[in-house]
Amino acid sequence: MEIGPIWRALMRNKTGAVLIALQIAVTMAIMVNAISIMQERARVMARPSGVDEHNIFHIASIGFAEDFNERVTVEEDLNALRALPGVVDAIQSNSVPMSGGGWSMGLQTEPGAEIDGTGVALYFVDEHGIDTFGLELLSGENFTATEIEWRERTQTKWPDRTIITRAMAEALFPDDPDSALGKTVYINDDEPITISGIIKQMQAPWNGWNGVERVMLVPTHTLFGSTRYIIRTEAGLRDELMPQVEQLLAEREKGRIVRSMRTMDETRERSYRGDASMIKMLTFTIVLLVAITALGIVGLASFSVNRRTRQIGTRRALGASKVAIARYFMTENFIISLAGVSIGAALTVALNMLMVETFALTRITWYLVPLAMLTLCVVGQVAVFGPAKKASSVPPAVATRTV
Amino acid sequence: MFSYYLKLGWLSIRRNPLLSILMISAIAVGIGASMSTITVNYLMSSDPIPQKSDQLFYVQLDSWDPNNQGDDGFEPPDQVTYIDAMALMKAGKAYRQVASNRSGLVLEPEGDDERPFSVDARNTWSDFFPMFDLQFLYGSGWDDAADQNMDRVVVLSKEINEKVFGGENSVGRSVRMDGMDFKVVGVLDDFLAVPKFYDVTNGAFNDPEEIYIPFNLAVEYRLDRNGNTSCWKPSDGDGFEAFLNSECIWIQFWAELRTEQEKQEYMAFLDAYVEQQKQLGRFPRPLNNRLSDVMEWMEIQEVVEEDAQVMLGLSILFLVVCLLNTIGLLLAKFLGKSGDISLRRALGASRSSLFIQHMIESAMIGLGGGIFGLGLAWLGLRGIEMLFGDFVENMVSMDWVMVLTAMALAVASALLAGLYPTWRACSIAPASQLKVQ
Repeated sequence: MEIGPIWRALMRNKTGAVLIALQIAVTMAIMVNAISIMQERARVMARPSGVDEHNIFHIASIGFAEDFNERVTVEEDLNALRALPGVVDAIQSNSVPMSGGGWSMGLQTEPGAEIDGTGVALYFVDEHGIDTFGLELLSGENFTATEIEWRERTQTKWPDRTIITRAMAEALFPDDPDSALGKTVYINDDEPITISGIIKQMQAPWNGWNGVERVMLVPTHTLFGSTRYIIRTEAGLRDELMPQVEQLLAEREKGRIVRSMRTMDETRERSYRGDASMIKMLTFTIVLLVAITALGIVGLASFSVNRRTRQIGTRRALGASKVAIARYFMTENFIISLAGVSIGAALTVALNMLMVETFALTRITWYLVPLAMLTLCVVGQVAVFGPAKKASSVPPAVATRTV
Repeated sequence: MFSYYLKLGWLSIRRNPLLSILMISAIAVGIGASMSTITVNYLMSSDPIPQKSDQLFYVQLDSWDPNNQGDDGFEPPDQVTYIDAMALMKAGKAYRQVASNRSGLVLEPEGDDERPFSVDARNTWSDFFPMFDLQFLYGSGWDDAADQNMDRVVVLSKEINEKVFGGENSVGRSVRMDGMDFKVVGVLDDFLAVPKFYDVTNGAFNDPEEIYIPFNLAVEYRLDRNGNTSCWKPSDGDGFEAFLNSECIWIQFWAELRTEQEKQEYMAFLDAYVEQQKQLGRFPRPLNNRLSDVMEWMEIQEVVEEDAQVMLGLSILFLVVCLLNTIGLLLAKFLGKSGDISLRRALGASRSSLFIQHMIESAMIGLGGGIFGLGLAWLGLRGIEMLFGDFVENMVSMDWVMVLTAMALAVASALLAGLYPTWRACSIAPASQLKVQ
């Protein structure tokens, strides 16, 4: 191949080539780091919440009237909800996964104020909790109706039993998580509470928390003034039941208002809207960026073809084939691209190190670098194809003309 | 000469319309991308109360757990307990001071057809309104006596006044909330703090509350609290009284201190107060109280979203790519005019006049890119608004500072991009290019 002459010609007029190479390098650095961020966000968004998301919705109920009897209202509401045709089960709880607001406590394996507890998100449920959320009980047993307590907001006493997630068991007993069932742990520094069941998986309300899978279920109904009902329906009936439930609750008791009715799908969408938007914005950025770089290549290659029209004609007149001319420009671009992606690889790693240090971002996975190098080389070849084709159609007779 | 150069520039831009369009769009896209993210970052980090942000101080008292470092190490907690808030209010050592928290009430409009709805409320003190420079449409805030006597008074936001009273002057009328009648004493004018500096604990970019009621009243009637509550040790016993006397934090405390001396005196007062509480067995950690002014507090609370910063960094690199692109295209363009340039040099034009001429041409391209870039930035902000929804609605509008920044950035970028090509063009020898013709 004619790499030698191409290289020497490039060296004689390097500015344009250097500019393109730099442009490719920066493009690659942005592209790879943006894709790495997108991968991380997609991974976070793909985590399951542990509940039967498609068939669950929730609605808030806030009492305001002076004669509002919360306990009676909750009991009657739940009876009415559970009796609705199409409803699989329903509970009263303080929160749902991914909602962003909830209650957390610390559990510890030894009593004492000086011991650091393991943070855990808690959901107040009754014996229908596991069924309503659609959780899988790995071992132990569900709560029974008789042990469910009623709790005021400022009460400090906790029930005797709890069901925790497998992840919480692992956090409490890292050496032997299987032994967690039946063990006594301590809440509020020294109040004993027995682990009576382990569920496979469930998320805390805060999706950004590093202990997002550490959850405990507490066998308690709440009297906090405002509460949330969680309703699980048979497959496909959710959207139909939602207005029915809203109307039923609003009309059953006028001393409260119901609001913020939302499906779990919507809760998920809202919870991860920031991440989903980042992914969209970054995708758009990458597409735009590659397009601009490609246009730059087209622009400069066309310019260089125009400037070298007479040389091309001369070469043609001296016997070079059309293919040879096109190949010249393609090879030239390939050399520039190769230089660009090599600088780009270094720049990518440098930018990634900076971003990991400045922001809590993850490192790029190694295969993104060669993949991006390959992609940008291909983009360069595609972009230069037009101008190269134009160059190859310069007639040999041009060589004989002045200009 | 300037207008002559403008004319030359215009002619040159028109001579290669395709190349010119490419350059202008490259700059426009770069400006559009970077300006939309700069605007979001600018609004997130803006000073919400510039006239007195250096006189308002957020109070942090380190009443927290001696055994638990938490995620921030031994940083003082970001809110205060009820005991401390009341003690500081009672002492009244600052020029103005306000303890406040967020709550929610259910408002029952008059008329049988009207359905009750919930409103976001701030439980606060009379000083809140003058301290944060809130403007009133009708009436005013309440006075100290109302704080002490727990008068059932309320200040409404403009929106709630419109919703309940159709926008009329409602001062003196009564609103029913949570089963109690409140007398309206004031209606606020439009008010939007970005960031919502006085309560970043519960969301730095939330909307302001819809109503304001006396703090003592809310405590007395045990109205529902909506904000964050954190406790490091259980209360002594059950019930609301025990909660009030617990080490749980749920109140934000602000002090207005007009001079450095007032600030130092207040700091000394806080330290003395904590020392005295230590005698009573509270505050187990070493003395570590803080007074942070508004911007310091925004910094500590990291109100600028990390995603916004990441996007800002990437979009500035994006602008760099667009500039590299423009340099290449300008170079092609200027060198394509070699004939012209050497002719002008041969006819006596000096290098400096050619330099100025080409820089003016670059600036014109930059200006064009800036104008289109502004349009693209506006589109970009609408896109961000569409993607993120309500959360960003207060962060996607450009003010004149941003418009000027966009234009300046565009022209500066174009001049920067034009430097090297212009230098190359100016170093073309007189008449060197004329020979072939």
